[in-house]
Amino acid sequence: MAELKFRDELIGNKAAGMSSECGCSISPVAGDEKPGWITGTVSAGKGLAYRVSTDLTNTDLWEHIRCRISAFRESYTVKPGLYAVGEPDKNSEVLVSANYKLSFDHLRKELKAMNAWILVLDTKGINVWCAAGKGTFGTEELVKRIALARLHEVVDHRNIIVPQLGAPGVSAHKVRRAAGFKVLYGPVYAKDITTYVAAGRKATPEMRAVRFTTTDRLVLTPMEINPAMKKYYPWYAAAILIFFGLQPTGIIFKGAVMGGLPYLGLGLISVFAGGFLTPLLLPWVPSRSFAVKGWLVGLISVVLTCNIFRLFGPSNDLLRYFVYIFFPMASSYIALQFTGSTTFTGMSGVKKELKVSFPVYILSAAASLILLVLYKTGHWGPP
Amino acid sequence: MKYLRNVATIKLAEEKCTGCGTCVEVCPHNVFIIESRRAAIVDSDRCMECGACMMNCPSEALFVDKGVGCAAALINSMITGGEPTCGCGGKDGKDNCC
Repeated sequence: MAELKFRDELIGNKAAGMSSECGCSISPVAGDEKPGWITGTVSAGKGLAYRVSTDLTNTDLWEHIRCRISAFRESYTVKPGLYAVGEPDKNSEVLVSANYKLSFDHLRKELKAMNAWILVLDTKGINVWCAAGKGTFGTEELVKRIALARLHEVVDHRNIIVPQLGAPGVSAHKVRRAAGFKVLYGPVYAKDITTYVAAGRKATPEMRAVRFTTTDRLVLTPMEINPAMKKYYPWYAAAILIFFGLQPTGIIFKGAVMGGLPYLGLGLISVFAGGFLTPLLLPWVPSRSFAVKGWLVGLISVVLTCNIFRLFGPSNDLLRYFVYIFFPMASSYIALQFTGSTTFTGMSGVKKELKVSFPVYILSAAASLILLVLYKTGHWGPP
Repeated sequence: MKYLRNVATIKLAEEKCTGCGTCVEVCPHNVFIIESRRAAIVDSDRCMECGACMMNCPSEALFVDKGVGCAAALINSMITGGEPTCGCGGKDGKDNCC
């Protein structure tokens, strides 16, 4: 068999002239060079599909770490289309996945004992659940991708296994009407897929329930801290240094650093409390509200820090009030952002939280500013 | 873990339900059970409004105001006046919310 050019021969891509229309730049597999996880080709109906490895390499694992800590994940994609694991034939199962490579990798590594087809939808590089929420992992895309892959020529049966978390975007009965394939909802977690298939495509109630373990929460925390540090902290640090350096005669560098340092530290503490401690301790922090959880964890962290390092003498009342108002509020705001990463918060709840907490945030910010101004003018003394 | 009490917008029109059980199958939080051949909501506080049940109910017996439970997305939509979509990923994505 002649060597294939990676760009052109994927079934479902060339067949319908997809290579230009697809619109998804594939950074890990750009150009004509085949990525390491593609191990060969398999005949699929009248065309060919790439066979993928079910083992993850060190490169894959390193890329997964980068996804968890940086914006690398925003362009970590595989080309949509039909892939194969093992030696699938016309009776093999068809498993649907997203074109976020982390999702695709989680699936393929669980298929070691299987001969199966993987149909990758174009979800713009987003995972199954989030893409289903947006509708990019949806009925329309699934129907389109079934047609592009000529799935009716690839398999004799008319079943496709869609991950259960794809259900918010897919209407099973509409897919059946439009494409002739019956959607069977597979388990939530890829690790259950072989058990599910072996049991005659039956999922136990445990396989149907989404969890949110301590480890699940822990791996999400870098992407809570990272944006807070990039988006807010530099502005905050600049404001603090200017404030403490500001004298009637100009900005004094020594004052800025000596006076500002404890507040730069407290800023870091509040990011840590809201972006790391609150997510990690989520089930054990009182209240169902994320804003309250973050505020509590922030308050305790700030009180402990102030007492351990003896930050305030008795004469610093204004600054003390500022610290206890401002930093727990900052933690609360950062913790509230974690609602976007959980597996159980709904839109109506977040709306309610925002309605209550936003006025409080604005009042606290205003009070903080007034306290700082009072401190500064008092410090300078009467003109 | 459960989120705020009595906020989920999920509604089941029992008279339309045929008891097919699809909602039980797709719900990731065990909100439903089948009871005397019809679906019933066990605990609406468990609902995260993902919309899986509504999308897959063949008899349109379920309604939920489906959306992202993501503060960053909702704050963005408050500022821009647009739809609250998760801005994560994609070329125009600024936030990292899911």
